[in-house]
Amino acid sequence: MIAYVLQRLIQSILVLLAVSIVVFLAVYGIGDPIELLVPPQVSAAERAAMIRRLGLDLPVVQQYLMFLGNALKGDLGRSFVHGVPAVELILARLPATFELVLLAMSVAAAVGVPLGLLAGLNPESRSSRAIMAGTVLGFSLPSFWKGMMLVLLFSVALGWLPTAGRGETVSVLGIQTSLLTLDGLKHLILPALNLAIPNMALMIRLVAAGTSEAMSQDYVKYARAKGVRRKRIVGRHVLRNILVPVVTVAGMEFGSLVAFSTITETVFAWPGMGKLLIDSIYQLDRPVVVAYVLLATFLFVAVNFLVDILYAALDPRVKLIGEMA
Amino acid sequence: MRNRMLFAFVAGTCLLSGPALAQTLRIALSSEPTAIDPHYHDLTPNNALAAHIFEGLTKQDEKQKLLPGLATSWENDGQNKWTFKLRPNVTFSDGKPFVAEDVIFTFCRTLKNETAIAGSFADITGNFAAVEAPDPQTLVITTKAPDPLLPNFLSSVGILSSSIVPHDKLTFDPAKNCGVTGNWPVVGDFNDGKLAIGTGPYKFKSYVRGTGIEIERNEKYWGPAEPWTSVRFIPVPNPGPRLAGLLAGDYDVVENPAARDLGRIKDDKRFSYVVTPSTRVIYFQLDVGREQSPFVKADNGKNPLQDPRVRKAMSLAIDRDAIVKRIMDGAAEPAYQFLPTGMFGTLPNPPALRYDPAEAKKLLSEAGYSKGFQVTLATTNDRYINDSQIAQAVAQYLTQVGIRADVDAMTRAIYFPRRSKKEFSVALGGWGSTSGEASSFLKQWPATPDEAKTIGGSNYGDYSDAEFDKLIRAAITTLDDAKRSELLQKAGARVLESNAFIPLHFESSVWAYKSNLAYTGRADQFTMAMSVKPKQ
Repeated sequence: MIAYVLQRLIQSILVLLAVSIVVFLAVYGIGDPIELLVPPQVSAAERAAMIRRLGLDLPVVQQYLMFLGNALKGDLGRSFVHGVPAVELILARLPATFELVLLAMSVAAAVGVPLGLLAGLNPESRSSRAIMAGTVLGFSLPSFWKGMMLVLLFSVALGWLPTAGRGETVSVLGIQTSLLTLDGLKHLILPALNLAIPNMALMIRLVAAGTSEAMSQDYVKYARAKGVRRKRIVGRHVLRNILVPVVTVAGMEFGSLVAFSTITETVFAWPGMGKLLIDSIYQLDRPVVVAYVLLATFLFVAVNFLVDILYAALDPRVKLIGEMA
Repeated sequence: MRNRMLFAFVAGTCLLSGPALAQTLRIALSSEPTAIDPHYHDLTPNNALAAHIFEGLTKQDEKQKLLPGLATSWENDGQNKWTFKLRPNVTFSDGKPFVAEDVIFTFCRTLKNETAIAGSFADITGNFAAVEAPDPQTLVITTKAPDPLLPNFLSSVGILSSSIVPHDKLTFDPAKNCGVTGNWPVVGDFNDGKLAIGTGPYKFKSYVRGTGIEIERNEKYWGPAEPWTSVRFIPVPNPGPRLAGLLAGDYDVVENPAARDLGRIKDDKRFSYVVTPSTRVIYFQLDVGREQSPFVKADNGKNPLQDPRVRKAMSLAIDRDAIVKRIMDGAAEPAYQFLPTGMFGTLPNPPALRYDPAEAKKLLSEAGYSKGFQVTLATTNDRYINDSQIAQAVAQYLTQVGIRADVDAMTRAIYFPRRSKKEFSVALGGWGSTSGEASSFLKQWPATPDEAKTIGGSNYGDYSDAEFDKLIRAAITTLDDAKRSELLQKAGARVLESNAFIPLHFESSVWAYKSNLAYTGRADQFTMAMSVKPKQ
């Protein structure tokens, strides 16, 4: 177990290093942030002073090494646009995204797994066909359009829910959350639903496919022959077996939603991390982009690690060992 | 059914909220200010927000006409000395009185502003040789070079309270730290509101980046009290959701709804909108300085953009009225010069820039390009309203007269750095005059650059005309208004005649709002709570 953790740790550091180089060079390659930051009427002296202050006059390798040196000291740089530490900007957005994704994934799992089971157990029934047809819609509707339609229906036509933005928040252990206020929850429903729908469809498909496959397996037939009740077969044997791929996908989806749920955050003006990333890329705010991608990578690495541990818990055949497979 | 539901909704809202909430104004912004610090970045959203909390010595009205602000009057001795009389009995929102020392402190701060983005007011105060206060209500500024626009520029410099840092006697002496004994405030210090103390009609309440900015009425304000007890600015960058929020009743005012969506509220009695012409001119800048230009190909191997007849033909080929009507949905005005007619230094009667493809073809064949030539128009696709569609339309107009034009549209993050490296032949540009007068465009774009790049900083097409340079250089140092206006008119006419810059239109700004409000749109595109009043 310890060897396994150590190996994963070294891998993670290498991944982070590689990502930092790629992202740093990529943002450097797009263009010069000075042209976007500094108004054209500024005198040459003022402009030169600004370039020096941001360290943009140095060769790119030196800029990168400076960044790396500071990063090792825990400083990922200051935002060119906002003038405050990049990490502070990102972390201020993290709770908003986290609560949104948490709610979306919970809804997706709570609805997706039972519906998937239902569809997988009786694939020929009419309700199953309806569910499977619904998943096609859930996949294929573009997120942007779907979000606007939700707004038009629930906010503009019915007036039940607010159109956009984050509602009232309360501070819990220093973290601003809107999960605990009525206004906050109202603001959360539509964006969470918008994020949940495609994931719901994904889970239904995964669970349904897994279930129908598992039902034809020998161990199920054997259990049936033994006279085990259907409920127990499904709950104890089938579900456990099909959950491994579901957890994998859910974990990856969770990571990518936290880091890149940009479209939903844009439609609902949700002050999350995805929106920060897009804004920063448009402004060539390199410290924020690089810090962001590094944090996102770290998140993925961490989630994958957790998923692996969950595997072991779900499937006794999986062992966490240090050798390369 | 719909009406009944609306009634239930409205009644429900009234029951829940009561009269107090009705006085909260909610404004949805298309772009969020990047900081509360008024001297951080000289950007439209930042300056608009700052104007609620801080005031300058002067201010500009909705047509960018200069009005007294914290100074009641000012005069110039015909040379470099300006005397400002300061408004008596003004207090900051924390109760401290406003005096000349606060102004000196503010000017020093713009020069000692470590975190500021370059050009954020230090270019104005950097020209000050001395700032003195003979008495607490009088301020004497002596500039190094003559600066006829000093009062205009001072409208954008929000005055801070000197009480926000420890100091001895304050003097305008940046080399000796101006008498400040503590640390100079940096941008982050303002965001929690501790230092955001001004004399404006509103005071800071809260700022959560991405979520919103709240300000509340400053009860100590010297002028007439604002009708709103508090104002909330909510950033909603996407135009669709922004308008949806207005329709759903989440916002009272939204800035920049898409002009094509205005049909949705046109016939709805619950909403109104206002279209206000701005000073932002959209134009094409031609590469006239080089024998060879990267994106022009002519049979004779020359750069046809150097021929004045070709440039004139290009201008004649464009139907500005059609662009305004079809592409801008009417939310623009055709431009016949670089600042709307009537503003300081503009031509009183500029000749209309006609659409005359026959004449254009004739000029082209006179210039030896009867078979046309090939050109690529470069444009942003996310900076100006409908920028890439405008370029597409112009390319088609040019093609109709025989100039084979195509469009290269790109995001501004790529476009602006490339343009500054002079990588384009015909480049779309946009310019709003913050000073509200003609020199702003003329000294920035067509002027031949000087060493320090204080003029001609954006002359990417290398236009150079000695006669024009003489006029503009004289204009920006002429203190006499009548003479300066005449010089600017002459300079502007010369650039227009050369067609090195082809103006297309002035963007209009649009605000949509609930019909129980009255809204005055501003030419400088600022969205301000002070522009909103309850309808009488």
